[in-house]
Amino acid sequence: MKKPNTPQLSLRVPEPSGRPGDAPDFSHLRFDAAGAVDRPDVASTPYEMRDHAFQLVRVLDDDGKAVGPWNPNLDPETLRQGLKAMILTRAFDDRMHRAHRQGKTSFYMKCTGEEAIAVAQGMILRREDMGFPTYRQQGLLISRGYPLVEMMNQIYSNASDPIKGRQLPIMYSSKEYGFFTISGNLGTQVPQAVGWAMASAYKGDDKIAISWIGDGATAEGDFHNALTFAAVYRAPVILNVVNNQWAISSFMGIAGGLETTFASKAIGYGLPALRVDGNDFLAVWAATKWAEERARTNQGATVIELFTYRGAPHSTSDDPSRYRPGDEHEKWPLGDPVDRLKQHLIALGEWSEAQQEEAEKDAVEQVRAAGKESEAIGTLGQSRPSVKTMFEEVFATEDWRLVEQRREVGV
Amino acid sequence: MAEQTTFTEVDRTDGVEPDMVTASNAPASTPASGDVVPMNMIQALNSALDVKMAEDGNVLSFGEDAGYFGGVFRVTDQLQQKHGLTRSFDAPISECGIVAAAIGMGAYGLRPVVEIQFADYIYPAYDQIVSEAAKLRYRSGGQFTSPITVRSPYGGGIFGGQTHSQSPESLFTHIAGLKVVVPSNPYDAKGLLTACIEDDDPTIFFEPKRLYNGPFDGWHEKPVSPWKTQEFAQVPTGKYVEPIGKARVMREGNDVTILAWGTMVWVSLAGAEHAGVDAEVIDLRTLVPLDIETIEASVKKTGRCVIVHEAPKTSGYGAELSALVQERCFYHLEAPIARVCGWDTPYPHAFEWEYFPGPQRVADALKATMSGGR
Repeated sequence: MKKPNTPQLSLRVPEPSGRPGDAPDFSHLRFDAAGAVDRPDVASTPYEMRDHAFQLVRVLDDDGKAVGPWNPNLDPETLRQGLKAMILTRAFDDRMHRAHRQGKTSFYMKCTGEEAIAVAQGMILRREDMGFPTYRQQGLLISRGYPLVEMMNQIYSNASDPIKGRQLPIMYSSKEYGFFTISGNLGTQVPQAVGWAMASAYKGDDKIAISWIGDGATAEGDFHNALTFAAVYRAPVILNVVNNQWAISSFMGIAGGLETTFASKAIGYGLPALRVDGNDFLAVWAATKWAEERARTNQGATVIELFTYRGAPHSTSDDPSRYRPGDEHEKWPLGDPVDRLKQHLIALGEWSEAQQEEAEKDAVEQVRAAGKESEAIGTLGQSRPSVKTMFEEVFATEDWRLVEQRREVGV
Repeated sequence: MAEQTTFTEVDRTDGVEPDMVTASNAPASTPASGDVVPMNMIQALNSALDVKMAEDGNVLSFGEDAGYFGGVFRVTDQLQQKHGLTRSFDAPISECGIVAAAIGMGAYGLRPVVEIQFADYIYPAYDQIVSEAAKLRYRSGGQFTSPITVRSPYGGGIFGGQTHSQSPESLFTHIAGLKVVVPSNPYDAKGLLTACIEDDDPTIFFEPKRLYNGPFDGWHEKPVSPWKTQEFAQVPTGKYVEPIGKARVMREGNDVTILAWGTMVWVSLAGAEHAGVDAEVIDLRTLVPLDIETIEASVKKTGRCVIVHEAPKTSGYGAELSALVQERCFYHLEAPIARVCGWDTPYPHAFEWEYFPGPQRVADALKATMSGGR
């Protein structure tokens, strides 16, 4: 019971700025102008860099010009390569989303609006570095030229599925492409990335690790454990937080992002943090290069918050119109990553609307051709690996129980 | 979900029956090298780590207080001084972080051995062990593996109360992809830990802390004898391997088979002696993979089976053993299979010896089993 003369307490439950039927409202967001944030020396201490955790590194201005100290001054060919990989990622997402609607697969997750992140970072890091992705970094595989047909084989769980029909669609794995096996359990891969980086340092190697986590999953204990270990052992790792504003139906305020930034959480661990416009290919590139140099030169980990917006439903099982304004994505103040890089290349005189159209057609064609090839092997329910493989690779060698159980199934 | 239609079966294997590990073809014990000296279990475990770290630069050890100080039970004593700061080091108090880091290291190609200070504190790492370490090989189609060893002191009988006494093995035996090992003496402790470090699968290695300094038969009012006078304390200083998946018959007998592991091996031997029953006492040593051949042969010989473990009875590993014996030896059984276990309560402090399954309870169960029932 309340004592006399004390204020009555009340429980605050954070709510987003807009719900279905509301007009999108981003007036609470504060963005630094492109070029406004300084670029600290890679050797700066986390203390010297604390303001960066609350600023937003941006390179591309409203006219598509690259400005300020973070401009990575990329050559046009690299820019075109990045744009094409983003276009291809989007085309792939569109086709596989449709494939789900056509009953060809049980599940899919798009990364619409977030393409710049995994594509740029996938281009920067070496294949022998190890990426510890979530389920929304398909751009990493695509930017590295991983065969689309292999991705589709996994999504269809068909006879050529590289992980033998064992995992839910999109839980890819490719050691060869520096893409760690995806887990359904959120956050688990971040401290593993730190351990992988610790191993590289332990061996005196020159490889680094890179991990991703969403804004929602930063609330998992694994995020705390990862930052602690990364700081304590000065692990050569890049720790990305992709803040796309939404964790299924929960806005980022429910994950603890309302009164602070996710980047700022690094400060308490003694780690440097950069907060970056995730829809700005050049800003993502520049911040990642900064963190890469820091890690590669044994100066430890960096946390990068990539500020973006989840344009698509969380997954094929989700309907965002039930919890957020329908046109929120269109009104997102940081625009669309593909459009912005396209405008930049056009402003440079290195691209045209016609070339864009051509690139989009080409991406659709690439995806279509891969789709034909994969569907010829089979979609879900039409083809799958031998049932025998269900019992394999539980251990390096099957034990007697698995042999008995396999025989019980008759294989 | 798409409609399930006729499947095109594509056999991705070469048609060769894969090797399977059974007791009869498990890797044999390797001959030991070096002098044979008396060691307690702590020294034997320390020796296993020391020998493996000297042999393989990919083996490293870390955990809470496991570096400079050498561990709260001294298992990692002097390893940092001998092998260097980066090979045996202290970790933050974060069981999840410790196991996760080990998984990342294992994926890189190292063979980390991590210490969880008490098995009672392994639960913060449970998600990493169950969802990650156990499933990496399977879910990645063999691209990534987790050759890690998680060491943890376990078991009661030391007035450890609720959070220094637990035996959580059944939480791990239930998980596909994990191997679970529990030694009962210094010789096996070293040989089995060496095997776990060399194994390409994740292993959970529970060390009965009640047995660290000497065997304990459960007669708690008698003075405890140290290991050095015991046969199993004669430990080679060099490298040797005791195979995972192979039980050890500690006492041959004809009347009844006792299945036990850890401290309960010694309690079972004492219980059989107290009851005056000619029991065959089997130390399982590894719970997964289980040496079913040795168990089956013994129960078919004796016709009776008593299972003894410290963990609570309900859904304990004894339930699995009982089911297996019933399935495989039904026509040979002359009495119901009995289980002598911890009670279905949290582990108490003041009631240590009422809770702990001691030799008297084992003897009572043996006598009841010999007279055909309970």
